[in-house]
Amino acid sequence: MDIYRAHVLVCGGTGCSSSGSATLIERFNEQIAAHGLDKEVKVIRTGCFGLCEAGPVVIVYPDGTFYSHVKAEDVDEIVSEHLLKGRKVEHLVYVEHATHEQNAEKKLDDINFYKHQHRIALRNCGVIDPENIDEYLAMDGYKALEKALTTMTREEVIDEVLKSGLRGRGGGGFPTGLKWKFTYQSQADQKYVACNADEGDPGAFMDRSILEGDPHAIIEAMAIAGYAIGASQGYIYVRAEYPIAVKRLSIAIDQAREYGLLGENIFETGFNFDLNIRLGAGAFVCGEETALMHSIEGKRGEPTARPPFPAVKGLFEKPTMLNNVETYANVAQIILHGADWYAAMGTEKSKGTKVFALGGKINNTGLVEIEMGTPLRKIIYDIGGGCPNGKKFKAVQTGGPSGGCLPESLLDTPVDYDNLIAAGSMMGSGGMIVMDEDNCMVDIARFYLDFIVDESCGKCAPCRIGTKRMKEILDRIVEGKGEEGDIEKLEALAETIKATALCGLGNTAPNPVLSTLKFFRDEYEAHIYEKRCPAHHCRSLLQFKIDPAKCKGCTACARACPADAITGTVKQPHVIDVKKCLKCGSCMEKCRFGAISRE
Amino acid sequence: MSEMESKYAELRQIIEAHKDWPGALMPVLQGAQELFGCVPEDVQKIIAEGLGVTLAEVYGVATFYAQFSLQPKGEYVISVCLGTACYVKGSQAVLDKLSEELGIPVGTTTPDGKFTLQATRCLGACGLAPVMTVNSDVYGRMTPDQVHDVIVKYRPEA
Repeated sequence: MDIYRAHVLVCGGTGCSSSGSATLIERFNEQIAAHGLDKEVKVIRTGCFGLCEAGPVVIVYPDGTFYSHVKAEDVDEIVSEHLLKGRKVEHLVYVEHATHEQNAEKKLDDINFYKHQHRIALRNCGVIDPENIDEYLAMDGYKALEKALTTMTREEVIDEVLKSGLRGRGGGGFPTGLKWKFTYQSQADQKYVACNADEGDPGAFMDRSILEGDPHAIIEAMAIAGYAIGASQGYIYVRAEYPIAVKRLSIAIDQAREYGLLGENIFETGFNFDLNIRLGAGAFVCGEETALMHSIEGKRGEPTARPPFPAVKGLFEKPTMLNNVETYANVAQIILHGADWYAAMGTEKSKGTKVFALGGKINNTGLVEIEMGTPLRKIIYDIGGGCPNGKKFKAVQTGGPSGGCLPESLLDTPVDYDNLIAAGSMMGSGGMIVMDEDNCMVDIARFYLDFIVDESCGKCAPCRIGTKRMKEILDRIVEGKGEEGDIEKLEALAETIKATALCGLGNTAPNPVLSTLKFFRDEYEAHIYEKRCPAHHCRSLLQFKIDPAKCKGCTACARACPADAITGTVKQPHVIDVKKCLKCGSCMEKCRFGAISRE
Repeated sequence: MSEMESKYAELRQIIEAHKDWPGALMPVLQGAQELFGCVPEDVQKIIAEGLGVTLAEVYGVATFYAQFSLQPKGEYVISVCLGTACYVKGSQAVLDKLSEELGIPVGTTTPDGKFTLQATRCLGACGLAPVMTVNSDVYGRMTPDQVHDVIVKYRPEA
């Protein structure tokens, strides 16, 4: 093996790739060769580093220097200064958000965004080259599979997972070990292991990053699961919208087959196991387990009533064990370090860690993995750096379209499955979207309903028709046509849908409305009774006004107005005709004197 | 052989390669969508015959999933992310501006077949919100003001 004196790690996750990290890698290789350093320095494309906000990110080891927002033209300087002469390029080093500190000596673990994190599922993301199985092997890869196959019985493997307290990371939170046990107990000539990588919650990208950054961890865990429940075949159902993840997973499966870690007689134990990828085709409902399995079968992805549960009758009518990507990402570590090690982390009923995708109105957008029990406030402020531009925090949304929005007063809630449900939201798969004072909570509820109406598979009436009626009411409210009784109608519909929809997606579809009604009822009331949007977001409810004391009569607003709604003579205060006004806000943007306000 | 005939021949090869797979219909439809840019009725008929399933079943699956379209899409498919992270940062305004600039409603194609405008749910690049893509080119941190410049790249005369 070649020994290099320095390694340049460039993030190849979807976020950084979208902002040009592939060009950076090319440029690094060119420049390194041009300086004759190609035998001394190696460039590696890793998976997601997590701090997407700072992308594209580059780390130079052994120094551990963290460069952010790197552009192609910066590469020459990093090569000629840092790699050739050993002088760190101070002005490209990551700037700490809270303190504006730019310190080239700070390692990744010293940075606020990383220092409160505990990385188990993400342990290899941003560390290894996901397209090289040798790098995974060097990080104890496939050791857990070897340990399970050669030293543990199937029952012992299941016991270990059960004792660890691991719960389904897709959102449901069902104890993983129990699922394994039930499928193990089913008698059949063929069983299947499946992986749910149809990450559909808008604003969630944990699973994608794990697949992109550490695909072998999923393959290894599925093989362990196959051994435990007695399955020789596995399926990974991935969104087609994740091309990088699909590619890296395919490469990883091929490499694992080549090394004899998939296929027949693995570790010469007589255990056979192989994996296939199936692509989703853009249907949110396929994240529901029965719908997902119908989709793998080549059918419409419509859910079916349970029981029978997949552990008894699943894919192709055979017992099937379906886990989410992040759930699998914990399995090898549990087998390797033991259930007690894992169960020592977290809260009483939620063990281990959870990955969240932090997004929306937050400074440090990205992927974070925290120990269960960490308060929301710590995630949003200490790790996420709070809301940008000095705006006031309003709510945090967790659980995607099945979850809810939590206000400031609940920010000290320690994050775990049960606490979030008690607070009026849910864990969900891990999307965590922050909203500030400019976001209208009625509009956010309407946004989620719009998503559900779009994605409802249409099989059951409560979800197909009920959510549509709810959305119509919300549409009216944000357009300023809300009526007395609308809130009560929303509540009645929500309760009926919750009680009667066929699958989990329908049952939870009203949650965004219920949680915003619970915590932000005043905003609904302001829209309905006062025809006013407190966040100044809903266009139909806005009123633009010119302050005559501030207006200099420069005519900029009148020229910008597409509806000729502004009149006035030069150097005299102008006036907006509210009947003609389209509420587009162009005048406000153009005014240099701050004379135009909206209410 | 005409271009269409050679595409049909390629479709038959895709069917042949997958026909013994369990759940073959999905991968075959995905192959057809990529090959033709859509799955019109004649393509569905070939798939139904090739896999030995009814046309109703093929149609049922083809119309269920957002990835399959029955009509061809434009040369450039513009997708604006309406995932939550993009939405709270104003992607709806970007989408509205595109609709206005292209003169078409969301979900349709320009009469010259150049652009299809669609809204999509979470591209997973939330760090770059609001995000839009034109085919495989990604544009992050979009504002309505930047829309015109992006379109011009693909339609210089605009």
